[in-house]
Amino acid sequence: MKKPIISLDSITFRYPNSVHDVLKQVSFSIHEGEWVAIVGHNGSGKSTLAKLINGLYFPENGEIHIAGIKLDNSTVWDTRKHIGMVFQNPDNQFVGTTVQDDVAFGLENHGVPYEDMVKRVIGALKQVKMDDFLNQEPHHLSGGQKQRVAIASVLALRPDIIILDEATSMLDPHGREEIISLVRQLKEVQGLTVLSITHDLEEAAKADRIIVMNDGEVFQTGTPDEIFKLGDELVKLGLDLPFPIKMANTFKEQGVPLQGQYLTEEELVIELWTSHFKK
Amino acid sequence: MMEKMIFGRYIPADSIAHRLDPRAKLLFVFIFIGIIFLANNGWAYGAAAAFTVLSIWLSGVTIRFLIKGLKPVMIIIAITFVLQIFFAREGDIIVDLGFVTIYEEGVRQAIFISTRFLLLVFMTSLLTLTTTPISITDGLESLLNPLKKIKFPAHELALMMSIALRFIPTLMDETDKVMKAQMARGSDMSSGPLKDRLKAVVPLMIPLFVNAFKRAEDLAIAMEVRGYRGGEGRTKYRLLKWHGRDTLALLSLVGLTVLLVLLRG
Repeated sequence: MKKPIISLDSITFRYPNSVHDVLKQVSFSIHEGEWVAIVGHNGSGKSTLAKLINGLYFPENGEIHIAGIKLDNSTVWDTRKHIGMVFQNPDNQFVGTTVQDDVAFGLENHGVPYEDMVKRVIGALKQVKMDDFLNQEPHHLSGGQKQRVAIASVLALRPDIIILDEATSMLDPHGREEIISLVRQLKEVQGLTVLSITHDLEEAAKADRIIVMNDGEVFQTGTPDEIFKLGDELVKLGLDLPFPIKMANTFKEQGVPLQGQYLTEEELVIELWTSHFKK
Repeated sequence: MMEKMIFGRYIPADSIAHRLDPRAKLLFVFIFIGIIFLANNGWAYGAAAAFTVLSIWLSGVTIRFLIKGLKPVMIIIAITFVLQIFFAREGDIIVDLGFVTIYEEGVRQAIFISTRFLLLVFMTSLLTLTTTPISITDGLESLLNPLKKIKFPAHELALMMSIALRFIPTLMDETDKVMKAQMARGSDMSSGPLKDRLKAVVPLMIPLFVNAFKRAEDLAIAMEVRGYRGGEGRTKYRLLKWHGRDTLALLSLVGLTVLLVLLRG
């Protein structure tokens, strides 16, 4: 077993001026090099989790450890160095006036010397294939391109963990696909740990492990296979099942004998056209 | 209308003026504004005008383009000119029509003041035409840096300016979107009495403001997550380099100053 890079131990949290606990006794850990998706309906506390992990808020009870460091007021800037975050709205996280300025922003904050900075900006933009857009201004870029710049800004800081906080929810299906495969590829090459917070179960289906949140509690943890076996229970939590699973369920209702789980359309199609021969 | 306005616009090109350090250009314009007041006769104004024409030539911008783009400013200058002619009451009378009298001094003053105004507008326009807004911001930050000793927030001011510049197109797009959304719901912003039109602007402004605050909050979080903790210990990605030509540009102003002092009567 690899060692945990993020661990949460019975976290309880409520927002100031609120009487309602957003998170109740949440515990889980994420291991190095893992891709974990946290899913849940709006208000299930999944986005709050991301903010706590990054020290934007501190829990009322419980402890968070990032890369072995206990997160508190005095260590928050150290733990942040391990984490890069990509947010939902592509426009609202673009700080610089041009692509290269935006990537440089984080490096400037960390006091990286100029020569090193230039190399890291170009390097990070090459990794996301945006190095042809160095001097482009954000309003000339598509949402997907802006998110790629956001990922480059994160990569330039060389974190161990990337948190995608609904990072694909404002993109079109094509842009969404592109960002997820880009992050997947970067994760493999650099051994990053990815925590993706999403309500898109198709995206979650590609993770190594899924954590389902409901009303501030961990409802279930497991591999995508295990989680999607819950079927109707997920629907009751306000989550939408991925299309191939919905399709397979409909087939089953119609009396087509299908076994197993089909997380991708391809798996389902293969099962359908070969099922006849298996009889 | 907006396309023709050149006030505050940047024209990409690669002239000597474009290549000057923004700090040099800022200082240049500030000093020029100061010394133009030294001129008080035809010769001195002639020298200042020649200097301006030379600067315009070095920037690759044509005078015709400047005059065309600064039309609204020209109208103001023309009005000042007329007012000066009628209100100065010194020197010999040139024209006396009974109800208006025009004095020699009036004409002289009118010509001088409008020339001064014109030269100032030309020079400041040259600054914005040849310098990107972000370079101006960098230049200002660098020039204001010494004031940090007296707690002047030079870095914060520059960051605010650059973020404002970055969000102008975003907010323009949003205004357009909200406007179309309101128009689709039957709001009429372009006709009717002024009072109704002003009222129609309210449902445009409120969503804009609400969204701007939301954006500001998101941006603040995004900045913090990327390690922003104020200007302390930050390095700079945009480096300003002072070249010989920058020193030369400022020296030319010293020359102009000397010339103006010698020529003034």
